[in-house]
Amino acid sequence: MTTTTISTESGFSKILRNVWTALTKVPPVYPIFIVLFILVTFLSPTYSSMNGIMAFLRRTAPLAILAVGQMMVLSSGGFDLSQGSVVTMVCLGSSLLLNNDPANAYPAIGIMMAIGIGVGLVNGLVTSYLKVPSFIVTLGMMLLVKGLALYWVGGAPKGYFTDNWRMWGRGYIENVPIFDRFPIGLILLIVVGGIAWYIFHRANFGKQVLAIGDNVKAAKFSGVKVNFVRVSAFVISSFLAVIGGIMTGGYGGVNVTIGEGMELQAIAGCVVGGVLLGGGKGSVPNVIFGAYTLEILFTVLNLLGLPKPYRDVIQGLIIIATVAYVALSTRRKR
Amino acid sequence: MTTTTLPGKRFSQFFRSLNIPPVYYFLIVIFLGSGILDVIYSDGQIFSNQAIRLNILVRSVALGIVAVGQTLVIISGSIDLSVAYMISITSVMSSYIMQGQTENIFLAIVVVFAIGALVGLVNGLIITKLHVNPFIATLGVGLILKGIINATFSNYTGSVPRSFEFFGYERLGPIPVSVIILFLVVLGGWFLLSRTKFGSHLYGVGGNVEVARLCGLRTDRVVIGAHILCSMTAVLTGLFIVSRLRAGAPWVGPDGVYDLESIATVVIGGTLLSGGKGGVWGTLAGVIIFSILSTAFNQLGVNPYLTLVLRGAIVILAVASYTYRSKNMVA
Repeated sequence: MTTTTISTESGFSKILRNVWTALTKVPPVYPIFIVLFILVTFLSPTYSSMNGIMAFLRRTAPLAILAVGQMMVLSSGGFDLSQGSVVTMVCLGSSLLLNNDPANAYPAIGIMMAIGIGVGLVNGLVTSYLKVPSFIVTLGMMLLVKGLALYWVGGAPKGYFTDNWRMWGRGYIENVPIFDRFPIGLILLIVVGGIAWYIFHRANFGKQVLAIGDNVKAAKFSGVKVNFVRVSAFVISSFLAVIGGIMTGGYGGVNVTIGEGMELQAIAGCVVGGVLLGGGKGSVPNVIFGAYTLEILFTVLNLLGLPKPYRDVIQGLIIIATVAYVALSTRRKR
Repeated sequence: MTTTTLPGKRFSQFFRSLNIPPVYYFLIVIFLGSGILDVIYSDGQIFSNQAIRLNILVRSVALGIVAVGQTLVIISGSIDLSVAYMISITSVMSSYIMQGQTENIFLAIVVVFAIGALVGLVNGLIITKLHVNPFIATLGVGLILKGIINATFSNYTGSVPRSFEFFGYERLGPIPVSVIILFLVVLGGWFLLSRTKFGSHLYGVGGNVEVARLCGLRTDRVVIGAHILCSMTAVLTGLFIVSRLRAGAPWVGPDGVYDLESIATVVIGGTLLSGGKGGVWGTLAGVIIFSILSTAFNQLGVNPYLTLVLRGAIVILAVASYTYRSKNMVA
């Protein structure tokens, strides 16, 4: 029936219809991002220059990387609230390990990555085998990792970050055609995003994560190694938190409270990027744009004169409103 | 054998109806263990000094009051992660309104309890009417409260009149007023859970919402009621803290980790995290265990940062000791 009606349509309206259906399938992050971006260029001339745009992309790259890691855990049905403390630990620990000597930069990064993987393993193993809900495990680890980092460095950061360590967060590649200066952090984000996109959208791993998030029992019965996949998701999340931490520290410098609240920003970015809290839905590019949309929203509000502490209020409202919207609309469909 | 006298039988029945959970044996073990460690590595004051033992109870007051509210919420199958910021908001608001004047005490108390009821109502409404997962809803509300506090207050605000300090420092005979209030709150929680209709409804909703609804319960109202009571207990904790500190500070809630620790003590006390089973007496034991441990850390001179590590580890292990046997998969 429907095929006959479509075939009687003229060629032009058919194309229009196809374009329209393609447009309705575009996730809402992208139009929101574009609208906010246009708004921001009107509010501040900095953002209409290539330099300003690149600086913005560089500033938000660490959050986007954290959000990608957070998404792996969220779409498997868990939460990772220890990310912010991992960022703090990376900055404090590196400041000690670097010892003001550039030669120590890469060993320090290696050690931090190993510790990050360790944190992820603890999160994943305790959740999977001791069956403690992940928000309790990761909240506990939030205290534990932060306390350990502060104990390690004796309560205050030691020394400063060397330039080759800071490069990952604030460096530029100069004299690039079109872009002029291209941020190294953005290259890192593209590489990390690409690898994450492959394992999440092209390899089995992503489908298994989503299957677990959707229905653990069904996933288990269809042969998914639930515990292995879940532990891997937590390890990826903590590992990416280490990378994000190196970039945050490189951009912002050494500070005891540097990672505070980053886990909730990452969760908010994921929610904006269409990740279903409770599991079963997620996408790497959408989440990266979710983090950018969140940051640009804060930029807009900042330019409009909203004091900084209200960021938390907006973030809370976004999380609740989005989750409520999804919950109500799926209930209506049933 | 069966010829127990009537009052004796009454007493044993009453004793059983209190449902004293096995966590109390654990409490005794922890107390003896930390006391012995204290004797070996320090001056042994946990055993010898009455004041320190009383101080363990005073330390329990702040966490204990809010943990009773958390117990009600968890039994109803929900959770409240906004209590830490609710405590902060109470501490700054009450101190700001009082401004050291005795005549403002009543107004301050009314205002903070009204704010508490409002926050609890909002939590409950978001969870029941908007169908948001309670964990996310209260995390979001906590974030909103945090933003509002940080935008308005940044340091010690106002002050508390001398007459209000009785809550934190006064004694009735040998027992501090605050400990009596904690005991009254726990007793109130026990009465509510085991002697009132609302209490039975909490267990019903927590056990299975759908069954409770089909039995004719207005399940939404029960959950909203639990959240309002929980925020009220957070307000009471905030009032206790402000009367101890003599001025309100915006960081008291998150610094005390009241959100995570209240949940942990509830679980240690034997209440099911998924709801439907548990009680306040176990929670009280969990709270006392936590304050014995922090007293012991103090006595043994553990580094404050290492204390943070131990607190995190203890919370995880304590919850794990209850959950590891479960067959259900969690996320």
